[in-house]
Amino acid sequence: MSNKSVTRRGVLKTGAVAGAGVALPTIFTASSAAAYTNEPTGGSVTLGFNVPQTGPYADEGNDELLAQQLAVEHLNGEGDGGCLNTFTSKALQGNGILGKKVEFVTGDTQTKSDAARASAKSMIEKDGAIMINGGSSSGVAVAVQGLCQEAGVIFMAGLTHANDTTGKDKKANGFRHFFNAYMSGAALAPVLANAYGKERRAYHLTADYNWGWTQEESIVASTEALGWETVNTVKTPLASTDFSSYIAPVLNSGADVLVLNHYGGNMVNSLTNAIQFGLLDKQANGKDFAIVVPLYSELMAAGAGENIKGVLGSMNWNWQLQDEGSKAFVKSFGEKYGKPPSNSAQTCYAQVLLYADACERAGTFNPCGVVEALEGFEFDGLGNGPTLYRADDHQCFKDVLVVKGNESPTNAYDTLEIVEVTPVEQVTYAPDHPMFSGGDLGQCNPGA
Amino acid sequence: MDAFLLQILNGLDKGSAYALIALGLTLIFGTLGVVNFAHGALFMIGAFCAVTLQRILNLSYETVDETQTDFLGNPLKVKTPYVESWFGPEAGAAIIDWSVPLAVLFAIPIMLAVGYVMERGLIKHFYKRPHADQILVTFGLAIVLQEVIKYFFGANPIQTPPPEALRGSLDIGVMFGFDPNAIIYPIWRLVYFAFSAVIIGGIFAFLQFTTFGMVVRAGMADRETVGLLGINIDRRFTIMFGIAAAVAGLAGVMYGPLNPPNYHMGMDFLVLSFVVVVVGGMGSLPGAVLAGFLLGILESFASTTWATTTIPGINQIIIYLVAIIVLLTRPRGLMGRKGVMEE
Repeated sequence: MSNKSVTRRGVLKTGAVAGAGVALPTIFTASSAAAYTNEPTGGSVTLGFNVPQTGPYADEGNDELLAQQLAVEHLNGEGDGGCLNTFTSKALQGNGILGKKVEFVTGDTQTKSDAARASAKSMIEKDGAIMINGGSSSGVAVAVQGLCQEAGVIFMAGLTHANDTTGKDKKANGFRHFFNAYMSGAALAPVLANAYGKERRAYHLTADYNWGWTQEESIVASTEALGWETVNTVKTPLASTDFSSYIAPVLNSGADVLVLNHYGGNMVNSLTNAIQFGLLDKQANGKDFAIVVPLYSELMAAGAGENIKGVLGSMNWNWQLQDEGSKAFVKSFGEKYGKPPSNSAQTCYAQVLLYADACERAGTFNPCGVVEALEGFEFDGLGNGPTLYRADDHQCFKDVLVVKGNESPTNAYDTLEIVEVTPVEQVTYAPDHPMFSGGDLGQCNPGA
Repeated sequence: MDAFLLQILNGLDKGSAYALIALGLTLIFGTLGVVNFAHGALFMIGAFCAVTLQRILNLSYETVDETQTDFLGNPLKVKTPYVESWFGPEAGAAIIDWSVPLAVLFAIPIMLAVGYVMERGLIKHFYKRPHADQILVTFGLAIVLQEVIKYFFGANPIQTPPPEALRGSLDIGVMFGFDPNAIIYPIWRLVYFAFSAVIIGGIFAFLQFTTFGMVVRAGMADRETVGLLGINIDRRFTIMFGIAAAVAGLAGVMYGPLNPPNYHMGMDFLVLSFVVVVVGGMGSLPGAVLAGFLLGILESFASTTWATTTIPGINQIIIYLVAIIVLLTRPRGLMGRKGVMEE
């Protein structure tokens, strides 16, 4: 019989060795257990919806959120299926994504880059969000896109119109369904020439930040190509609330067109002020004075009220479109929420479906698989006609709408009327176009 | 010359809003010694009084029109405002059309009540606390008020158009011998300026020519002595708080047609109004009015293309630049009493 006594020191040693032995596999494999950031392991997958829930774009953010929730319902096989019935890709079956039930968390961008990054980071790190979707500002989109690239998750941008999002700030993990400022210029120019002639003198008021500058550059280039002259380009502080000091000089500047490169509250106020000063009743250079708002949204149109009557602009999408995809989405959204969706809601809805579909086709949630599935992907049935997700810059190419403030709206929603659906060929540009140069997609980052 | 006059008009117009808000601010500081950072919120609540009245006047009943369809293809529900059915289509439409001027009457009792409740419910507890505490609590209150408004009215701007007869612009250049179309100015902006002048004049007359005003002025000069004379100065100061709130509210009501109200419009004006008060002199009513118009005009000229190309960014810093210069050279402000903010 052995007479070995059990000592405290011996127990500790043995325990330590045994513990290390048990832990060994995880010590060496912990970092490689997940092939990519937030790889879903259970029966569900979490999407992160990052939209402005407070601040001046909260209503637009709320509309985006409603659309994203609808998309989740459709992905999980609830409701009427919406655009799953019209989407040309049939990979989605209404049983979640890759068989996993879709859940979501939300973040508040506050339309501030730092707040948007913080909320996206929290959703990725604390809630395990595998992708980030939404937003209502180019500054936010660029900031969150950079964060997602570093974190190794996919970013599906919401409403972002600056060229830079898929230009100098493009990232491999980022994708934009929404159109951009160049496309607005390319779509608007022929309509402007048709409506106002080729000999016009334009005066630009431009919101003094990245989006405003790229839109001004795009509209100046496209209108000057028509033969228009640019009389002046004036930058207005983003925090401006009253534009009378900027509008008054327009009256005697020799210009006969005012281009408002403003969005949101800026646009509502500058347009209201321009109408107050009677610009649309005025004649200059023997022509009727005209106002152009290159980027419209339904909420801005509602905010501007009667002032938008007859004013031309462009949009990514409008609920009045009669293609099957649009009709399915409007019906689904309208019956659930009692109002037609905005174009930012549509882009967010489409982005969720596009992401889910890419996962299904790739057979994985791995961001690099998703990137590969989305690059060069051609589809239809989501409301914008045949669309290409271009591999070079992750920008969607599709038809663009030229719209006009409705002269005689019959209800609260038809404030804008579609003037023309500009074919995609007319708004397509080369990947190395000077307005989009300087960036590099880089490599997809799966994180983990 | 015409461009110069246009910017003067713009400045007077901007200055009207600054002066009205600053007047209330300085009235509160002068009487109660409170730095009220919720004053911008009162301006915003005033604007939303107009929005509320507009909504009340537009309360409608629905009838189904089978001949038209809504966006989902269902029969269209046509809304008819009750006022149109009560007073006839023309009179009803006219009442709705004049909702902003009517809102002035609607807002006065509401703003007086809001001011009274604010002073009795919260601010009186902070009379003896340091200014920093007053700023924190009133700023907090401002945030609460704007979030409450956002909860009920949303974040999007809401149009409160002026009456049809006062829309559009007036060729005032012709009246003064200029060429036609040289000086065109929006009618409602002229109305706003005239309205401000009347309100400012009314406040000064009230303080100058009524017994109540005399007591308040005496209280502003020496609160303790007035109290020792057996006058309940606190009650009068509470009423003055209500009046200051009403002035800010009326400024908001009439401002709506210039720029559609939104929940954060008060914050947009708050900082500028404080600068106006500081430049004019804390507690000085004529100073607030003078500085309001002066800074409004300077801001207008700083926004001209000539100014922004000569000194880029001048339009954004001009007001603060003036404030710095005034504070450095004359800390009590343009018309501040000797000794105030100088110790």
